[in-house]
Amino acid sequence: MSTLKKVLDTKKEGLLNIYCTAGYPKLNDLPKIVNALHDSGVDMVEIGIPYSDPIADGETIQKSNAVALNNGITIDLIFEQLKECTPDIPKVVMTYFNPVFKYGLEQFCQNCQAVGVEGIIIPDMPLGLYQASYMKMFKDYGLSPIFLITPQTSKERLGLIDDLSSTFIYAVSSSSTTGKATSLGSTNNYLSGLKDLGLKHPILVGFNISSADDLALVQKNANGGIIGSAFIKYLGDKSSPEEATRQFVEEITKG
Amino acid sequence: MKYDVNEQGFYGDFGGAFIPEMLYPNIQELKSAYREILSEDSFKEELESLLKDYVGRPTPLYYAPRLSSHYGTNIYLKREDLCHTGAHKINNTLGQVLLAQRLKKTRIIAETGAGQHGVATATACALMGLDCVVYMGAKDIERQAPNVSRMRMLGAEVCAVHSGSKTLKDATNEAIRDWINNAEDTHYIIGSAVGPDPYPDLVTQLQAVISKEIKEQMDGLPTHVIACVGGGSNAIGAFYNFLEDESVQLIGVEAGGMGVDTDKSAATLALGTKGVLHASMSYLMQTSDGQVIEPHSISAGLDYPGIGPLHAYLHDCNRVTYQSVTDQEALDAANKLMKLEGIIPALETAHAFAYLDKMTFKSSDRIVINLSGRGDKDMSTYINANII
Repeated sequence: MSTLKKVLDTKKEGLLNIYCTAGYPKLNDLPKIVNALHDSGVDMVEIGIPYSDPIADGETIQKSNAVALNNGITIDLIFEQLKECTPDIPKVVMTYFNPVFKYGLEQFCQNCQAVGVEGIIIPDMPLGLYQASYMKMFKDYGLSPIFLITPQTSKERLGLIDDLSSTFIYAVSSSSTTGKATSLGSTNNYLSGLKDLGLKHPILVGFNISSADDLALVQKNANGGIIGSAFIKYLGDKSSPEEATRQFVEEITKG
Repeated sequence: MKYDVNEQGFYGDFGGAFIPEMLYPNIQELKSAYREILSEDSFKEELESLLKDYVGRPTPLYYAPRLSSHYGTNIYLKREDLCHTGAHKINNTLGQVLLAQRLKKTRIIAETGAGQHGVATATACALMGLDCVVYMGAKDIERQAPNVSRMRMLGAEVCAVHSGSKTLKDATNEAIRDWINNAEDTHYIIGSAVGPDPYPDLVTQLQAVISKEIKEQMDGLPTHVIACVGGGSNAIGAFYNFLEDESVQLIGVEAGGMGVDTDKSAATLALGTKGVLHASMSYLMQTSDGQVIEPHSISAGLDYPGIGPLHAYLHDCNRVTYQSVTDQEALDAANKLMKLEGIIPALETAHAFAYLDKMTFKSSDRIVINLSGRGDKDMSTYINANII
């Protein structure tokens, strides 16, 4: 059984997944950050593979992508860096369709499996295309597709997404880009209804979770939370990524 | 017809809707409604009346005598530069604003490169009393200052985009992000035949009036139709109704920038490979790692690393020939048109004229050039290039 599935099966609530951009803030920081996240007790990590045109991301993650690309990050280098990360924390990658398409879907999946990545988030990959062309490939390489759902996703589509999922579902706290300043309060109705959606797979909530209170709120209403922009912002001006990671996790889990 | 988009939103391998889930309801709403709305009698009547009385359509098809004699052939200019706001862009924005009203949207967003689409959107919104926000790259704001002022005078908010190359590609990203954040009340008017399905077809249908009129205005078919191509809206408008007339040679002219053998170019079909940009599968200029390359063209409207999916398809099935000309060749061609015909073209349009120097003609040829826009916005570039 994979470590991701094991974590989801054993720890059914209060899950914490933290996103970091590979190649940021410094080119080779990824293993340091991933290992520090594991040491801090974070349940899983989402590794962002930078893209020049990240349309679903707000300013913070856009900038981290630009900095990382400027630092010289490449997909091959990320796979090398992933080999230096502890195998004990479940890993998923998040990127956009074009870099993966250009790299070659099959090669990408093969490399993911080789370095212990267990899930892939490609927010702009159409569901129909996944079903028609890539589902078998994901299965062959033991990869779980992780799909986004929003407050506007129809019931019918939720069912399809649930059927196509194999680990967890990524619920977006509101229809927005990542890291918007709005507080989670206004999305309460949606969050409190998540458990009633009747989905077979656990739900982790992401987007706009920037404080310990936000995290506590989503952990109460779903199986866990995903934090991205707030962590990237925090890392930005710190000299030691390991130290910053430990401090951030401590602060965000105090709630 | 055989070049129309299929049910899945593709032209052959190209097109589709590579959108994040947040945009799915919007795109579905648009996709399920646009064909029906566009074919409603009340929509057609309202749009046709606006195109006639407000835009000034049909635009003339002008036989250019001195240019024709210079090249020893027959050259006709489709005068889209005489449209209200000075370019073909308004054909699309009026249609999409009427569509947005029927979808009960109250706020309009748009991206713009040269500012022509931004001005055309701001104009249509002023006419209909809708809120309008236009995203424009900071670099383009600088080089197209007159159009920025025009948009603001028309009541639009112009938002400067500082990410990436600070040009059209980045303005488009930012408009898409705005739409994600304001999905319910906002309609996004894309200015070119790019973006997720159904936009490429929607823009094509609204710009096809150009080739429809050319057909009506000419006695018989032209031998060639030439248009400049960035995203490709004026070109697809000028080509569309000739696609099945196989005798008509269709030529799209891309912006070669400093030359396709340099790293300063925007000639997507010459330099691009398959991939997804702005939610549609097409050709794009990208690195081996799938990062989009920042293009270069002297003309802000062609300074785009992608191209509409229908053009990618027409390129692959050899129905349209795509060529490129350099910045300097475009400037020289603009100068020639000014002196020979008394017409100051947009820099984008000048690329189509520059291709004439690379052609050989028969005296019996009947060549139509889509004069897609006028050059008022490009005064400072022309002055700096010493065109006097």
